[in-house]
Amino acid sequence: MSLSALFIQLLNGLASASSLFLVAAGLSIIFGITRIVNFAHGSLYMLGIYTAYSLVQTFGGGMLGFWGGVLCAGIVVGLFGALVERLLLRRLYHAPELLQLLATFALVLIVRDFALWIWGPEDLLGPRAPGLAGAVAIAGREFPQYDLFLIALGPVVLLLLWLLLTRTRWGTLVRAATEDREMAGALGVNQAWLFTSVFALGSFLAGLGGAVQIPREPAVLTMDLTILSDVFVVVVVGGMGSIPGAFLAAVLIGVIKAFCIGIGNVSLFGLDFSFSKLTLVIEFVVMAVVLAFRPWGLLGRRQGLPRGAAPVEAPLHLPSTGMLKALAAMLALLALLPFVSDRYTLVLLTDILVFALFAVSLHFIMGPAGMHSFGHAAYFGLGAYAAALLLKHAVPMELALALAPLGGGLAALFFGWFCVRLSGVYLAMLTLAFAQIAWSVVYQWDDFTGGSNGLVGIWPAPWLASGSAFYYLALVLCAAAVLLLWRLVYTPFGYALRACRDSPLRADAIGIDVRRQQWLGFALAGLFAGLAGAIYAFSKGSISPDSLSIPRSVDGLVMVLMGGIQTLTGAVAGAAVFTWLQDVITRQTEFWRALLGAVILFLLLAFPQGIAGFLRERWEARAGRSDG
Amino acid sequence: MNILRVARLSKAYGGVQAVREVSFELAAGELLALIGPNGAGKTTCFNLLNGQTAADGGSAEFEGRSLIGLKPRQIWRLGVGRTFQITATFASMTVRENVQTALLNYHGKLNSILALAERLYLDEAMALLARVGMAEQAARPCAVLAYGDLKRVELAIALANRPRLLLMDEPTAGMAPAERVALMRLTAELARASNIAVLFTEHDMDVVFAHADRILVLNRGRLIAEGKPAEVRANREVQEVYLGSGSLFGATHA
Repeated sequence: MSLSALFIQLLNGLASASSLFLVAAGLSIIFGITRIVNFAHGSLYMLGIYTAYSLVQTFGGGMLGFWGGVLCAGIVVGLFGALVERLLLRRLYHAPELLQLLATFALVLIVRDFALWIWGPEDLLGPRAPGLAGAVAIAGREFPQYDLFLIALGPVVLLLLWLLLTRTRWGTLVRAATEDREMAGALGVNQAWLFTSVFALGSFLAGLGGAVQIPREPAVLTMDLTILSDVFVVVVVGGMGSIPGAFLAAVLIGVIKAFCIGIGNVSLFGLDFSFSKLTLVIEFVVMAVVLAFRPWGLLGRRQGLPRGAAPVEAPLHLPSTGMLKALAAMLALLALLPFVSDRYTLVLLTDILVFALFAVSLHFIMGPAGMHSFGHAAYFGLGAYAAALLLKHAVPMELALALAPLGGGLAALFFGWFCVRLSGVYLAMLTLAFAQIAWSVVYQWDDFTGGSNGLVGIWPAPWLASGSAFYYLALVLCAAAVLLLWRLVYTPFGYALRACRDSPLRADAIGIDVRRQQWLGFALAGLFAGLAGAIYAFSKGSISPDSLSIPRSVDGLVMVLMGGIQTLTGAVAGAAVFTWLQDVITRQTEFWRALLGAVILFLLLAFPQGIAGFLRERWEARAGRSDG
Repeated sequence: MNILRVARLSKAYGGVQAVREVSFELAAGELLALIGPNGAGKTTCFNLLNGQTAADGGSAEFEGRSLIGLKPRQIWRLGVGRTFQITATFASMTVRENVQTALLNYHGKLNSILALAERLYLDEAMALLARVGMAEQAARPCAVLAYGDLKRVELAIALANRPRLLLMDEPTAGMAPAERVALMRLTAELARASNIAVLFTEHDMDVVFAHADRILVLNRGRLIAEGKPAEVRANREVQEVYLGSGSLFGATHA
């Protein structure tokens, strides 16, 4: 690559960094003060683009129309954010943090369908910016004027934010509350107002970051999650809560990405290597490297834990005989179902069994081990692909099914080694990053994994071909695996994991190697997720990269949280309800996401302890009454 | 017999010499207090011995084995128990399970995936809890205990590996005066009954002078005095260091 081409790529990188920075700064500010990982932040960005598109259409593409439209789009999204905070999140500040995260994910679903309803499924590209529609010659090449504007926008917004946060009373309050929310509250800061305004500002930045993209990028319905993973990476690389860090990280990632595109295909030692394909993962590689050396990001600091945020889990008791009987009755019922139900129900039940195992394996590391994974689908998907690939390479189906979980387990062993070095939200982000890396490898490796088409013809052996035979296989394997995972929680191994979660300091002082323990737990959960994935692959007969995508990981989170993270059985209840709901709702309406989101929000507001947690509370209340 | 030998132990943070060439020895069954004004280097000295901080120089040997460079969990393996200034217990477990977890690791059963933890080492856990007077509360969750009780639980956990040395960082911090005396009396009894050496840092001079067999006084990282309580109290340099705070001399009623 020539020097001038290199320079142009540098400018390209800086131009795309600006928008990324705006969105990331918004996320960072919101996280700093509310400690909510706002999954809906990408949706705000998407709303920004769509709104700007419509406003510019309405106002006309003139000077005032365009720039006014872009700015108004930011403001509209800002107001929307404030509204969401007041009407929804406000009610959840006392709920455990993870449930707040779940609420923001429900918003993702609702906003996605809202956009589909208003703007339709077509990609929409906005007009060019009046006054900046041309190109200038730089280093002998044409470079869009608009991109030069974007390059300048980032530093200007950084400066304005810096002035706002350091030179105004409001900014001082925000910084104080970011540092120590309880103390700021104790000093009489009106938190309600502060939270709303911070949410409005963060949403405005996300909306504006989207709006300025309209001449460069078409508005697409899937951009909410795409930008979200980019922004997560920027915020984590920069350091949670650090605005200059977000800027630095956005520039770093923007530039590295642009270079990868610029370099293109390179032949090294006879091997063709495509750098442009690398763009899908490069940011996650950067993140993994940065976190390995600076666990709190480039300019971040270790986060103080919010005091007493989550209620302490009650001690675990071995299930009573009544519980065991109920469990046995449940299994017997499931075993008898094929005699009375149709084929469709059996397929749905098989799905439920598979996802119950997936959710229980996720709960195993999230609950007892206290490691919140945002990328658990990676191990599910890798198990599924392992099964498919073994079958394709002439391994008998039974053996493929037996070996496939190792695909998930070994990946978890490898990724987990890095993940357990971090904790809290950083760990969550790193799991997400690894899942994205795994996804893009699978997505791009056409020759081996079938690329975006996936693999087809993954059918079970003939003796399992009938619907009920495979159902029984799924029932036996999933039930056995779930029971094994549950029992594991009561063994010394499970106690050690809970010990490491409750107090790493004390665990260390009684001779427990905390990281090793968590590492083993992580790998084990990956192994069981891999088993779920393998069963899934054979039940569907095909497998696609969707099986390890971020939405699949989020499905797992929703199941665990809907069921209630503090109960062992919750994950199964959550998986059943979620899978069933998804099935019912997708058949009812085109806007199934919005409906699902609304149901999740309703469940959250009605049962903040999760379904199983709610049932347990009722049970205990009744037992208490009958005792007295 | 001296089981802990510390010689010329040093640690600097940037330009600040937090601990400089501290040497002392500790015998089995002896209660040794480490005192000094704020910033004297007590905590640093303590963390050098428990594996939390790496020393710059000097040696620390426990039963002839060097502690330098070992991690806390390795030091625990040698037979050293610890309690913290702010109690660290497993909040989601019952009192008994807390002790059981420590026992599981002591007996090498921590990675067992077959047995049910709740049923293992039950009697041993109850015996330890009885020794600290917490047997009645064995089934309660640690999360709901009063602070003084939590301290006792921590002591029981620390005793699970049958330690020959107990490192206690500010054992009575955050407790009511009556509770402090009770806890230290309990500690002293346990130490003498099982011949455990105890090294503790402490702010409360009542506690120190009533229970310590010997006292080490640190100031600005240096060991300025060492001896029996009466000797330390009479020491001129110690009096100067503590003069003004009054904490040492107001404590003569102890």
